[in-house]
Amino acid sequence: MEITTPQTFVLQPEALKTYREHLTCSFPQLDDVFADCMTEAAALLSPKGIDDYLAGASRVCMIGRGFEPVLTYLENMPRVARQVGAEALPLISQAVWKMSRTPNGCAIPGFLQTIAEATRRLGSLEQLQRYVDLMFDMMERTTRSIPGFHDTIPSPGMPGLLEQIPFLLSQLSLEGLRNWINYGIHNHGDHPEQQRDFFQLQSADSRAVLQRERHGVLFADHERKLDLYLWAMWLEQGEEKPDLVPYSESFDESRKPQPYFDKLGIRVPDIYDDLNGVSGLDRYRALLAHIAGHRRWSGPVIADNFSPFQRIAIELFEDCRIDTLVMRRYPGLRRILLSLHPTPTGEACDPEAESCIRHRLAILSRAVLDPDYDYGDPDIREFAERFQNLLVEGESETKDMVGLATSFVARTRRQSDQLPNVRYTDTVVDYRDDNRSLWVFTEIGSEEASFDLNEKQVQEADSPEFGLPPRHYHEWDYTTQSIRPDWVSLYESLHPGASPALVDKLLARNTALAARLKQILDMLKPQWLVRVRYQEDGSELDLDVAIRSLIDFRAGHIPDPRINMSHRSDGRDIAVSLLIDLSQSVADVPAGCQQTVLELSQEAVALLGWAIDKLGDEFAIAGFSSNTRHEVRYQHIKGFAEKWDDNVKARLGALEAGYSTRMGAALRHAGHYLDARRAEKKLLLVLTDGEPSDIDVDDECLLIEDTRKAVQELDRDGIYTHCISLDRRADEYVSDIFGQHYTVIDNIERLPEKLPQLFMSLTK
Amino acid sequence: MDSEHYKIESEPFYAPQGNEIDLYTAAYASRLPMMVKGPTGCGKSRFIEHMAWKLGKPLITVACNEDITASDLVGRYLLDAGGTRWLDGPLTVAARIGAICYLDEIVEARQDTMVVIHPLTDHRRTLPLDKKGERVEAHPDFQLVISYNPGYQSLMKDLKQSTKQRFVALDFDYAGAGLEADILVKETGIDKAVAGKLVQVGMTARKLKGHGLDEGISTRLLVYAASLIKGGVAVRDACRMALVRPVTDDADIRSTLDHAIDAVFEV
Ligand SMILES: Nc1ncnc2c1ncn2[C@@H]1O[C@H](COP(=O)(O)OP(=O)(O)OP(=O)(O)O)[C@@H](O)[C@H]1O
Ligand SMILES: [Mg+2]
Repeated sequence: MEITTPQTFVLQPEALKTYREHLTCSFPQLDDVFADCMTEAAALLSPKGIDDYLAGASRVCMIGRGFEPVLTYLENMPRVARQVGAEALPLISQAVWKMSRTPNGCAIPGFLQTIAEATRRLGSLEQLQRYVDLMFDMMERTTRSIPGFHDTIPSPGMPGLLEQIPFLLSQLSLEGLRNWINYGIHNHGDHPEQQRDFFQLQSADSRAVLQRERHGVLFADHERKLDLYLWAMWLEQGEEKPDLVPYSESFDESRKPQPYFDKLGIRVPDIYDDLNGVSGLDRYRALLAHIAGHRRWSGPVIADNFSPFQRIAIELFEDCRIDTLVMRRYPGLRRILLSLHPTPTGEACDPEAESCIRHRLAILSRAVLDPDYDYGDPDIREFAERFQNLLVEGESETKDMVGLATSFVARTRRQSDQLPNVRYTDTVVDYRDDNRSLWVFTEIGSEEASFDLNEKQVQEADSPEFGLPPRHYHEWDYTTQSIRPDWVSLYESLHPGASPALVDKLLARNTALAARLKQILDMLKPQWLVRVRYQEDGSELDLDVAIRSLIDFRAGHIPDPRINMSHRSDGRDIAVSLLIDLSQSVADVPAGCQQTVLELSQEAVALLGWAIDKLGDEFAIAGFSSNTRHEVRYQHIKGFAEKWDDNVKARLGALEAGYSTRMGAALRHAGHYLDARRAEKKLLLVLTDGEPSDIDVDDECLLIEDTRKAVQELDRDGIYTHCISLDRRADEYVSDIFGQHYTVIDNIERLPEKLPQLFMSLTK
Repeated sequence: MDSEHYKIESEPFYAPQGNEIDLYTAAYASRLPMMVKGPTGCGKSRFIEHMAWKLGKPLITVACNEDITASDLVGRYLLDAGGTRWLDGPLTVAARIGAICYLDEIVEARQDTMVVIHPLTDHRRTLPLDKKGERVEAHPDFQLVISYNPGYQSLMKDLKQSTKQRFVALDFDYAGAGLEADILVKETGIDKAVAGKLVQVGMTARKLKGHGLDEGISTRLLVYAASLIKGGVAVRDACRMALVRPVTDDADIRSTLDHAIDAVFEV
């Protein structure tokens, strides 16, 4: 579901103009927002996506519902498309168009408002499509025509429902939502007033049905636990974690969808109820264990060589092998897997009347996994034993299962296997995926057109509008193990400011958090009042020292007259510099978030600034980005000498993202300022969402190695560098650069809370 | 001064992870100051005890904390019935009798304490006792060893370059799976299979470092869990109490580790 982000995107005025021409819409307000929306869209969408985006916005403009829907579409859709794919762009604009052809046009703004949150919660295109269908279904069923008139009355419940959607989706799966809506239509479809109350959650039965539908474990509420589960129990250190993508189980009438995995990630149900005494959460874990087992132990099989029956059997034997290995690694999972595994009885299937192929295989599966399972069939016993023998010594391999499965099919084949009515009862193993990733097909379609990447547009440095002359820094070339002197030009400039209001607003929004931070600040406080010993005049007698003086006196030494002590505040002598990554990628909205990385960073830095100001430490803030080695931008936000005041807040509030991440040079520059401070302790914090990179460097390792060198240089100069990484994949490189001095924030939305806490624990 | 008092009598069990015993022996032969680095509870202190025993030298260990001052290391005058009496601090004693002086977690001590060790760590090998007006020449057998946990993540607890650069250093990490299980068996007499599973739990937690855990589960905690189990505590309770609760308050991580325990042990 990933759309590659051009690392460095600059919207040239000509490009902007062309884009504007492709958006057919003449609201004057558009001029104020178009550039911003377009910059974000251009960063997040492919060229085709941009076309769809502009076409979609034009369509929304055409419906004649004013500017608001257009704005909502323009603002939200790039992130929606980023999360679930560009197909969402026409999906939503067409839905809006369709809605405008109904009496429910007035619901369009409300409908559009729900899309961003629905996408976040539902997590995949298919789910979003279902959501849109569900809304239309509800709308159509509650729109009434008045008998005898041509006129129709818009759905009374729709506007209220749309308002409640964010809440409802936080409580219900999509299926639960559908059931709740169906109940409302069924019972209140003919009473506009009651219907309105129901969908606004105002009536008692509405809330009661909501409670009833609220069951099971929602994937969205446990995503982090499942990530941790994979990291801790199934991935190797530094191995990339596959994405988890939810789907809904109950919308496909023909057949229940099964979990699967492919290159894009692992597809999991959006909700799991408890089953056979296994909690929903443990069902997710069982599923992930099985899939992780395939990823670890299964090899590919060429599909063309086998009949459908053989394939089913191969899949089953391989599943059994995986489960055996999973349980061998984690014996405690045995209880969970066996509870979820059906226990078919031998006689349940009548081979005269139905096809028993699945039934037979399910018996075999149980027989292999469960030593206590009671079954009579000697063929099953024999194959179960052959299976066990293959796995006694080691892990065996997929190939062995292919052999075993084909002889099993040959041995147990029955005429009736061909019967169309296959016995399904007690044959579905809940935690197994559909095994699509086991198979390769030899007649692969034509190679995907390898599209050439556009030649990197080397942006003419829209040349330094910066006032100061550049500073030159060296860079480390690990390939030759040498320093390239004066390789990088760094331009420092004052970041333009807007108004301090935004930062004040961010702070106001976090008053609860601020109150909690205040408590931690207060704990650091005792250090503010430090005892100053060895004073001739002081506020009180220092007994220890006085006795020591007495001892000296008795021993015939000259006693120390400084036997008093007093108190002085502020024992902290720390200078902190915070460096914020302002490269283009921070304009992204991370999966599961509603704000961009940049917005979250602003919020976090606002709180950190507030906290450090309270502590009274020396403190500077700067942002950085780069556009080749000729232009590293270093944006001054707060200097050590400056107060935490409106000017600083205004600059912080106006941060913008663009270009790449040449981190080494920025670190060296921040370091040279810190070097000039006299504080005893010097801390350089780097807040970033990715690895060092730049468009003029192809070798990924080069800038990583250079940054690591820069960190070593800083360490040598007594500067402690600590990286706060928002990149979930940071494990792969961050410790190479920063050693132990880093923190990966998995749950980016909690950055505003984490950053100040981290700072305080670093300096405790 | 009784240096026998500080000798280690019986061999402290230490399972080597590599060639650290040889390296240490070589460093000691040149009396180089030594820094042992590594995460908490991975066997640094145990290693030094073992080496002191092996080399037959007395060992004086000072567990540093933030209240330790220079005179706590060097010594001070005390009142006596007749007047006053000088009492050597542990560092001074070690320098006089030729002991290995192990300053455990030196970063915990106040910054100014660091300075007193400087003259002992270069060619001078002397310790000035300013109060007493004496300059102690270190005994030829004297060696200074400090321990340091680079994972602390606090700039307040980072060593100054000028201090770091006076030591040769050995890196320690948790022992590999098989070895770590052997350690548990030797230390507590626990069943080998159970030891292996405890180590497996430890490994899962260590993979969460950086994802919300500051440090993984240490060998020391695994030893604790093993002794609880050996003492009759149910596996699941022992693991939760010794392995999970001490390292995290994060509900998601706790749930994951609790699950890992149940999955590794069939409970
Ligand atoms: N290689 C080893 N051989 C024997 N025992 C070991 C080894 N590694 C760890 N242990 C066990 O782990 C326990 C903790 O080790 P130790 O006290 O030496 O840790 P440490 O690295 O000094 O930790 P800290 O940094 O917290 O002081 C020891 O008491 C011992 O039981
Ligand atoms: Mg120790």
